[in-house]
This record gives sequence, C-alpha cells and structure tokens, in this order.
Amino acid sequence: MMGKELLVGEDIVKLFPVRGGILNRVIAHVRAVDHVDIAIKKGETFGLVGESGSGKSTLGRVLIRLIEPTSGRIYYDGRDITGIPKSRMKEYRRLMQIVPQDPYSSLHPKKRILDIIGEPLEIHYKLPRSEIKERVAEMLSKVGLQPDHMYRYPHQFSGGQRQRIMIARALVTEPEFLLLDEPTSALDVSVQARILNLLQELKREYGLTYLLISHNIAVVDYMSDVIGVMYLGKLVEVASRDELIDRPLHPYTRALLSAIPIPDPKTARARRKLRIKGEPPSALNPPKGCRFHTRCPFATERCMREEPRLEDVNGDGRHLVACHYWRDIEEEEKWHPLKT
Amino acid sequence: MPVVARVEDLSVDYITLRGVVRVLNGVSIDVREGEILALVGETGSGKTTLGLSIPRLLPPNAVVRSGKILFDGVDVFKLSEDEVRELRGSKITVIFQEPRISLNPVMRIGDQLAEVLEAHVGIDKKTAYGRVEDMLRKVGLYDPQRVMKSYPFELSGGMAQRVMIAMAMLLSPRLIIADEPTSALDVTVQAQIIDLMKELISSYRTSVLYITHDLALVAEIADRVAVMYAGDIVEVGDVYDVFYDPLHPYTQGLLESIPKIGYRGKLRAMPGEVPSLLDPPPACRFHPRCPFVMDECRKVKPKAYKRGDHVVLCHLYREEGK
Repeated sequence: MMGKELLVGEDIVKLFPVRGGILNRVIAHVRAVDHVDIAIKKGETFGLVGESGSGKSTLGRVLIRLIEPTSGRIYYDGRDITGIPKSRMKEYRRLMQIVPQDPYSSLHPKKRILDIIGEPLEIHYKLPRSEIKERVAEMLSKVGLQPDHMYRYPHQFSGGQRQRIMIARALVTEPEFLLLDEPTSALDVSVQARILNLLQELKREYGLTYLLISHNIAVVDYMSDVIGVMYLGKLVEVASRDELIDRPLHPYTRALLSAIPIPDPKTARARRKLRIKGEPPSALNPPKGCRFHTRCPFATERCMREEPRLEDVNGDGRHLVACHYWRDIEEEEKWHPLKT
Repeated sequence: MPVVARVEDLSVDYITLRGVVRVLNGVSIDVREGEILALVGETGSGKTTLGLSIPRLLPPNAVVRSGKILFDGVDVFKLSEDEVRELRGSKITVIFQEPRISLNPVMRIGDQLAEVLEAHVGIDKKTAYGRVEDMLRKVGLYDPQRVMKSYPFELSGGMAQRVMIAMAMLLSPRLIIADEPTSALDVTVQAQIIDLMKELISSYRTSVLYITHDLALVAEIADRVAVMYAGDIVEVGDVYDVFYDPLHPYTQGLLESIPKIGYRGKLRAMPGEVPSLLDPPPACRFHPRCPFVMDECRKVKPKAYKRGDHVVLCHLYREEGK
C-alpha cells in the first residue's frame, strides 16, 4: 500500500532569529532548514540522518506544524495544511503524533501514566473517564506494559519503559503518522533493540507511516525504506535505503558511512575511509555555494561559487544527489566505505 | 607483554541514601603495555567506577571493600595523597567525555597546559610553552598559537577534545584512561579523534583504558575488550575473539542487539532489564536474563574460565577447566 504521498514539504525554509545588541533587535538568522523538498509516502519509513545542526529535527517539527515554517508549503494527504487555523489543525494534530528523544524529560513527573496517556483522549475526543481508562489499558498492553501501570508515576519506570509510555501516548489518538525524533538515543543498546522491534511491529499492525530522525545511520538503515541525508539545513542525498547504502554518491554521505563505527573488527580496520576535516560550520553564516565545500576533499572553485541542485541519478526520481561532481567521484573512487 | 596496571579482585560499594550500591563485584583485569583495552558495558555496569579506581579518583561515598590495584607493581591504595597526585599527573591521565569540565574556564589554554608541565617536569616557562605548542600541533590543531590564546568556551567540541588529548599526552603517561571521550561529538568528528588517538598511542606506546558503551567503536579501536555487566567483567579477550567468537551469553546478546548496516532480520532483544545494584541477583548476576540459565547459576558465582587468552565468567565453560 506504499505509493501515495502522505506528508509533503515543498520548498521548506525555517529561519530562527538571533537577537542581540542593546535594543535586542534581530541581528541575524540561523538558517536551520533552507529550501528543502521532501515527500513521505503512505506506509513507508523515511529516515532522516545528519549531525547536530543539520536541521533534521527542525524539518521534522515543521512538517507536523509543531513549529511554523518561515516559507514553503506542507501537504497532508493532498491537502494544504500550511496556514490553516487552529480549529481545523486539530484533526491533523490527532493524525500526526511525535515520539520525542528524551523519555526522562518528556513525561510530567507529577502526573500518573493514566493522565499522561489519557490527556489527548480528553482533548480530542472528550471521552468519559471509564472509556479513557479502557483505552489507556489497551495501549499499555500494546506497547508491552501492564494495564495496572496506569496508576504509577514516571519515576517508577526505567528508560525503556518510559519510551514505551511515550509511544503509547502517541498512538492513543489513532494517528496515521509518527515523527520519531531520536527515539532510542538515550537508551542502552539492549533496550534500544526492543524499542526498535516494537516500533516495527506497531507500524505493521496499524499501517503507520514514520519519519525517523537519527544521527545513527545504522539505526536509520535498519528501520527505513527511504533515507535522506541532511547537512547544514540542506537535503544533500535521498534514495531508497538499499540504493543509498550500496551506492552513496554525495561525498558527505560517503564520509558519514566511513565515520560510523561498524561492529566487525576485520572490516572496520581493513576498509577504506573518506575522512573529512573540521567540524560543521555554523548555520548562522553557512558557506556560500555548496555548503559542504569547506570540508569536502573533492571541492573545486565551482563548489565555492555555485550551489548544486538535487540531480536525478537514475532518471526515475528515486535517487537524488546535490553534488556537481557525483559522476566524476563515482567514476574515480571505486571503493565502498563499508566494504573491503 | 608487560602489565602496566593490574586490578585484583576489586570490590567497590557506593554508600547512598537509598542503601549500599554494590558497583564492583570482585573484578580482575590487566592493562598491558601499549594496548588499547576497551571496557564496554551499559549504564550502571561499573565501567567508569573501575576506570576511575586506578588513579584513585572515586567519589567520596565509594568504599573499597576488597582487592588491590598495582600500577607498575606499586600498590595504589597504599600511596600517600601526595604520591597519588604525582602518579595522576605524570603516569596516569584521564580524558573525560565533556572536555570543558576538565579545563579551567577562566584560564587560557596555553597557560593551563604549560602549568601542567611546569608542575611536574620543573622546566621553565619558555620551554614549557614551546612543548605545549608542539603537542597542540601533533593533535591536529593547525594554529596552535591561536588555540593557546583561547579560553575553553571559544573552542568547538572537537577542538576542546583535541586539547584534552594534548594535555593528557604532554607528560608521556604510561596509561590514559579515556571515559567516553567521543560520545558528545558528531560521528565525523569522532572519527577524526579516534584516528588521532590511535596514531599517538602507537607512536608513544602509551596504554589506554577506553571506557565506552559503544560496541561498534570497540571494534574500530581496541586490541582487547573487557565486557562488563552489573559490576562483573564477564568476558575478556582479543577484539577478534570477542567479536567473532563471543563466549558469554551477555556478550552474545549484546552483539545481536545492535543494528548493523545492511542487516535486515529482526534484532535479538535480550529479555529483562539491567538489575539494580542496590539488590543485585545472587551468584551470576546475569542469570535472570540468561537464555542458558542452569540451577548452578542461581547458587554459585561462576569462576573465570580460560580459553587461551580469552576469559569468560560463566558456568557453561567449566568443563574447559581453569
């Protein structure tokens, strides 16, 4: 049932003003997301990978209108939801939910689990108390907890259990779309595995669509159908998971795959790695031309001047890359950062 | 290979308001000369406590219940405060996850690093500054003059961690204890720091005890691995042995629970949670989660069984003798 676009962002820009000086006037803008197009199809998991400051979280939040874009349009199931008023947005809020990164700070410490998970039911459905209890009990079992956990408080749960509570809260309104924002970054690996498995099972059971945001490309690879790579507010490469991993074309994608540690000592040491220098520049004043040129080993004078557009690699729109030299690099660098 | 630090049967408790936390449960490990030994484990496994006990940097509520630590043959627990301070400055250095915590925020980098040299080596200021500059260049800071004039807040995360490495290497220590030194960094910057550490370590023949939760990182950098679970070292061995022939059920479970690029099957998820060390399970602390649990595992703490240089703390291997 994959195919139809569920959530689309068109030419999304998000600037955050920076204030300063004695008059506290806006003196600059952080270009968090800078002209990004993204389309997430019904039933797929779109994985967005990038380092800190790449704008991946901002883009995710703009798409579900947790924050408003500076410009650009957002479509949900074909309908433009960009500027619609709060009253009409309410239904979309029910359909698009978020599972945030940090289960420690996202749960109100003085509220019982019943109230935390049940709150959206009160807001969206105005259900009577008994029905809310029933729904909460059902959700708790769905995410692998016990119905009587609803009478406890957040501090009585481990990190993994709290993340299950956040997932139950997100699912209780029967959404179609979940934004998973670094859902396992705060968890130990043995706990992470169970949360990832749970998310996969729930997706299948409810026919959900996910936007998964993570700095961990191994997690993104494991979960996603399509992967987008972000760098300094730009989407630099998008492809199906297998295509992106087998044929990474953007130098930054290659560098990311080279940098990610792989749990296989022989390959880890024998493989060739593309190392890039320095750290990502500030999004306050991003480099001109291609934003990656300051760290790119292949950069030329053209890259400093001219910003590359996303090019369609195979002519079918399934693999896009924003690099002037992807053809030359692929021709000359015939090695893979994950293989020996 | 000569041993730099030997930990013998070390047990450490933390006295807390909620009770006595049994953090280390009689652990033994050797750090050999010139090796990178990774100490890997999840939250609460005791890896940081073990690492920090070597230079005697445990918090005040820690109590050493038994065991000893030999550093170059010297019993660390018998040293005076002054002797320990000397040991920490010149023979053992520590790199923490957040470099800015270890740096004095109101002192220029150059002054801080030169002070370390002046205090321990007794050289004059000018020579000290010269050596600091050399070292900063060696850790890949291309404009050492500028870095020396900077305050810690003026450095990026990656630069600050390079400064910490420079500071740790300045006195050519025998042992560096690195506690999650790259966990706060982006992956491309982590890769640079890892390359740098490997390069420096092989040229200086320093030993490194590398504390991390990241198994994949261990595969990239370590010569040997010690896997910790709930206060025990459950398995120690050469990195290839531990990754390609893991013996302990916990190590096996851990390796199967991490996503590997290209892997499309279901992740194996270990049942249960890491136990509270306020009231750890008796005998083998892993037994409540172990798929191979036997009666014995609930009653007797397993011994360390050896298969060559590969050691495992598990009753499954008792037939192999000691």
